[in-house]
Parts: sequence; structure tokens; C-alpha cells
Amino acid sequence: MAKAPTFDIPAFREDLANPAMVEGAMDHSQPFVAKPEHQEDLGFPGELVENWEQKAVEKLGDLLGKNKALRVYLDSCVKCGACTDKCHYYIGTGDPKNMPVARQDLLRSLYRRHFTLAGKIAPGLVGARDMDKEMLDDWYKYFHQCSQCRRCSVFCPYGIDTAEISMAARDIMDHIGVGQKYSNEILAKVHKIGNNLGLPKPALIDTMEGLEEDVLEDDGVAVRFPVDVQGADVLLVTPSADFFAEPHVDGLIGYAKVFHQAGINWTVSSYASEAANFAMFIGSYEQMHKVAARIRQAALDLGVKRVIFGECGHAWRVAYSFLNSLAGPWDFLDPKYPVPQHILEVTHDLIQRGAINLDPSANDDMTLTFHDSCNVARGSGMGNMEGGQFIIPREVIKASVNKFVEMDPATTCEKTFCCGGGGGLLTDDLMELRVKGALPRMEALKDVVDNNGVTHMAAICAICKSQFSKVMPYYGFPMDMIVSVHQLVSDAIQLGTKE
Amino acid sequence: MSSLTVAYAVAFYVAAAVLVLGLVVKIKQYATTPSPLKIPTMPAPRTRLGVVLRILREVIYFESLFKSNKWIWICAVLFHAGLWLVLARHLRYFIEPVWFWVVLVQPFGIYAGFAMIAGLVALWARRIVVNRVRYISGPSDHLMLALLVGIGFSGMMLRFVERTDIIAVKAFFLGLLRFDLQPLPAEMPLLVHLGLVITLMIVFPFSKLLHVPGVFFSPSRAQVDDAREKRHLAPWAAKLDAERDSAAAE
Ligand code: SF4
Ligand code: SF4
Repeated sequence: MAKAPTFDIPAFREDLANPAMVEGAMDHSQPFVAKPEHQEDLGFPGELVENWEQKAVEKLGDLLGKNKALRVYLDSCVKCGACTDKCHYYIGTGDPKNMPVARQDLLRSLYRRHFTLAGKIAPGLVGARDMDKEMLDDWYKYFHQCSQCRRCSVFCPYGIDTAEISMAARDIMDHIGVGQKYSNEILAKVHKIGNNLGLPKPALIDTMEGLEEDVLEDDGVAVRFPVDVQGADVLLVTPSADFFAEPHVDGLIGYAKVFHQAGINWTVSSYASEAANFAMFIGSYEQMHKVAARIRQAALDLGVKRVIFGECGHAWRVAYSFLNSLAGPWDFLDPKYPVPQHILEVTHDLIQRGAINLDPSANDDMTLTFHDSCNVARGSGMGNMEGGQFIIPREVIKASVNKFVEMDPATTCEKTFCCGGGGGLLTDDLMELRVKGALPRMEALKDVVDNNGVTHMAAICAICKSQFSKVMPYYGFPMDMIVSVHQLVSDAIQLGTKE
Repeated sequence: MSSLTVAYAVAFYVAAAVLVLGLVVKIKQYATTPSPLKIPTMPAPRTRLGVVLRILREVIYFESLFKSNKWIWICAVLFHAGLWLVLARHLRYFIEPVWFWVVLVQPFGIYAGFAMIAGLVALWARRIVVNRVRYISGPSDHLMLALLVGIGFSGMMLRFVERTDIIAVKAFFLGLLRFDLQPLPAEMPLLVHLGLVITLMIVFPFSKLLHVPGVFFSPSRAQVDDAREKRHLAPWAAKLDAERDSAAAE
């Protein structure tokens, strides 16, 4: 922990049933606003435009015509309250505006005012309101207290997905000149350099060479970490955090060892050196399309046959669920493989075919549990089977370690809690929110640590990994408790026994 | 023909037209607005049939609500199941001869009326007692409950307190259907009951009752998990591909 926090760290709760409500508890929380240059890099107005109240309504109208979900979700909510206690940010902060339905209502009030008869005739009756400074402030604060994790949509009788509402609201705000610095700055880097970190090609090559040396030193095996290899079979697209952050990089080493043992000829691309697509967070199809186009271009340029994604949650959602729409058709790749594949699908398949050798006793110093990342759990799939995204990571973990324990089922699989840092909120200016939003996951972890001797928690998302290593110390857990799944594979794989 | 009969007849015609047209417009809007991306809440069925079953489970036994909150689920089932039975019971006022199953349903319809009101009252109590639900409730949410309770309550009055001339009521409705007006009995509870029903029909397509068609169109429930196998492309998004491909060709 760098310095003492200026906020209270929430206590583990005795009674999980009724999170206490504290009105206005997070009214002060908002991320830094994008500077004009961050905005303009993405083609958004640099600052609040003239006539912004009306422009916001126009943009909402535009989105309503383009997105069925928005229409249906804004109309259908019956205020049943089923979602009210399901959001980790509500649980962790108690701020009622963090109840999913209340968050939706921030946008719904404008929708009702301008796009429904009831809201035009009797605004007071149906909570319809005009856009004003107060509304915009609330939007900026509370649509940046949603990690777009979709947990609420699991529990809503109509599947209303607050993530879609948050994305639309952020898109509208970008279009009137009020963007979020963190996401927009990162997107500009991707457009210019190819990854979120702004890591240029020479630095990337350098890093990958360094990893080759490390593995050679540690394991005595020349595992390759290729960059821009023309004609490789596989393009690996992985979150750029995998290139150097801990524990991410241990995962990357794991992928490389798997490819090495299976004899798969792979490469990363310096042009598309990023799996993440932050444009999803700002709800911009156009930006998502532009970022995804880099992957298509890299695959074409390098002449690969397959595209495989590394461990990253929202990146996998964009990859699994959106990439075919955004960057397809993929008819130039080998039709034998799904496009794209997840590295876990590949590893899992190799394990099943006996093509790689794992010795789980290599990880006997650990007892593992697994955190389902929200975007993988509720936004994507694996293995072409319903629920494969829950089965495959667990099978790979169990093949790599001997001691594995599940957390409370009310907090795993489709009901998993977000780490607290997803959805473009993984920024230091939202530290309080991130710490508080992690509460439900930390409670479930505490339970298995105390009762089952769990020592480590594995995750398959770059954001989860960064978020947990930052917030776990606030709850009394060591930061290195969070590990990559392929780090476990990396430790267990018996190099030199197959190749 | 009394002016009362004419007024109610006209009101029913208008209400029916508003209800049907309003719903047609909305359903058309839901059906034709594109979905740019595949966003089923996962894990989702991998076939069309699976999706149909998912929605049926949602509509018939409120699967998601069951996962969410048993109290709301019980109240909602009481109300909705009660409502369906009550509606089925009311069919006898609109058909002649009365179908066999509608005859069978008659006694259950009465209990269902109690269930429906009990469910509504419990939901209303939740709205007032549970602080989270109180926070998200607006005037229209209370009014909607008041309207539904009013309909249920006045209906029960007609059955148990001020028994109305059922034969005449049925003649009135059959007359409406055949465009051959028959006198409506001028009894206060009946007029209140019918007046509230007319109100409900009119507000239906402009209110949260749109959840009824909405549930069938919700992309998070109605989409198939086949994004990798089938390319899903909204017409407006196809333009972006054309731009991309022409830029790449240069
Ligand atoms: S669960 Fe769905 S319908 Fe119920 S209040 Fe929440 S968003 Fe509205
Ligand atoms: S999507 Fe997740 S973060 Fe957003 S309101 Fe729903 S539960 Fe909360």
C-alpha cells in the first residue's frame, strides 16, 4: 500500500442479505475528465459543446434507433427491485444510485422526457426529467461507477443489462465533449501505437527477448517469444499488461511454454499488440470497430491461419462475442478452428489429447481458488458448449494443481462478482470505488482462506489481476495472492518431455 | 340506448384501438431496431430452440427472478398466475357458447382473484417497507398498483357484495363484438370496474407494462450464443466495413 487511504475500507459483513443504504455516499467519486486532446484524438468534441443539452437528446435518439437493447431496456423496467442488491458497487458503497435500476433511471429519466408520451405529458408522474447540469454531473459520476459487469442482467426478469445503459450514456457524454481521461487516452495510444501502454515495437521486441532469456535461465529450455513472424500459424493477441506486469507476465510465459511443447508456430504482432478493446467501455461501436480492425490487418499481413487470445476478460468478450461482427468475415483463416480461440481452449484441448505434460505436484505449495471474470462469465463462452467458460478454466487449473477449492457459489460462475476495476475504472483516480467494489469478492475469498486454507486465487483477466494485486492489501491479503491461470500451467508443464 | 351505454361502448372501442395500435407500434419498433452486437447474458443457449425455451422459462416461471429474490418471485407469481386465471374466467363474457375449459376454470378464477390481489398488496408493501425498493419507486409505480388493485377489488365486489346482472353484462360485450349495442346495467361497482379496465387498456402501451412485449425482445435473453459461428452484422454497421475494406485496398 503506497499511502494511507483517505477513505474507510468497508468491513466484512455479518449479514449479507441487506446491504445498508447511505444516500450520497459516493457523490464525490468521479474519474478525471478527458482533456481536449484526448477527446479530439478519437474524433469527439474537445470540450462541452454549445447546446449540449439538446445534443445529448439527439445522440440518445440516434442510439435508440441503432440499438434494440437500449429501447427495450429503457421501456421494460417495472421497478421490481430484484437487481437492487446485486451490484458490487452498491454492496460496497451503500450509495443507492449504485443500485442497477437507479443507475438506469439516470438515463431513463431523459429518455422518458423526450421519447415517451407519458414523459411528455406528465413528467413528474413517471420521473421524466430534462437534461441539465445536475443530471450531467450525476451521469458522469455514476456511469463511471458501473464496471459493466452484467451481474444485474442475470437477475433481472427481463435481462435488463445496465452495462448497455452505461455504455450508451458514456457514448452520449463523449459526443457532447465530456469524456473519461483514462479510457480515451488509452484508446488514442492504441490507434497510434497499437497497445494500451504505448509500448513501441523495439520495446516489445526487447521485452520478448528478455523473456526468452529468463526462461532459458530458469528452465534451461529455449522457449521462443516471437514478434512479427511472417507466415506463423498462430497470431497471439494478448493484453499488453502480459508483456511486463505481475502476475500477468507469468501467464504469457505459460502460453509460450504451451506453444513450445505442442510445437505450435506462433507470433505476436507489434501492430496489434493489444487484446483489450477499451472502446467497449465507452460504448462506441465505431471505436471498437477501429481497434478491432488492427487485429484483422495484422492477421492478413502476417498471413496466419489462426488467431488466439490471451487471458483477458473484456478482451475475450469483444473477441468471442463481437470480433466476428466488428472485424469479420474471417474466411481467410483456417476454418478448422473457431475464430478467435481462447488460449485456455487451446491448452485444454492439448491436455485432453495428451499433447502436453503437466505435473500438478509442482504447485503443491499452493491451494487455489478461481475468480470467474465477469466479462468471461457473462459476456462470452468457451469450447462451443453452454457454460464452457466455467468448465475449461477449472479443468486446466485442476490439471495444473492438486489443491483446488471453490468459493461460495453465490459468487462464482454466472453469479460472479466483478473484481471492482472493470469497465474502464482501473484508474488511480477511482481508488476508493475500486477498493469498495471489491468487497463481495474479498468476503468470499476470506471465507475460503479461513476455512479451506486457500493461498492463491487464479484469474484470467488482465484487469482482474491488476485490480486484485492493488486492492487485496487493503483487505489484509498479500498482493501476490493473485495468479494467472497460465502461470500455474507454466509451473506444472514438464518441458523437454514431449518435444 | 342510454347515454351511459354509448359512452362505455365508445370508451371500450377507443381503449381497444389504443391498446392494439400502441402495442403494434411498439412491437414493430422492437422487432425492427437492429442489434449491433451479440449480447446474450451468458451462458446462453446455442440453438434457436434453446432460446425459445429460455424465454418460455422466463415468461412462465420467471426463472431469473427466481434466482434473484424469492419474496418478489412469490408475489409476482401470485399476481401473474392469478391474473391469467381471472382473465380466462372472464372469457365467458365474450364467447357464446362458452368453451368447455373456460367452464372448468370458473371456480379457480375466484380463488385466483384473491391470489392476484394478495400478490399485488404484497408487492405494494415491499415498495413501501423495503428501503431499496422505496427509493426506486415513483408515483407512477404506486398508481399502477392502485389501478390494478382497484380493478381486482371492484371485480371481487361484483362477485361477492353487489352481484351484478351477469346476463346483461355479457349481452353488452357480445353486442360490442358484433357492433350491435346492448344496454349496460347502470350499477356503480360495475361502472367503476369497467372504467378502471378501460384506463388500464389505454395506459398499457405507454407505461412499464411494455415489459410484456419487451421480455420477448430483450437481446440478453433472446439471442443465440453463436457469435463465432455466424457473423452478426447490423445494416448500419455494414457501412463501417465498407470504409475499412476500401482503406485497406488503397
Ligand atoms: S430487476 Fe430489472 S425490472 Fe426489476 S428493477 Fe431491476 S432493472 Fe428493473
Ligand atoms: S453492470 Fe455490474 S457494475 Fe454495472 S450496475 Fe450492473 S452489477 Fe453494477
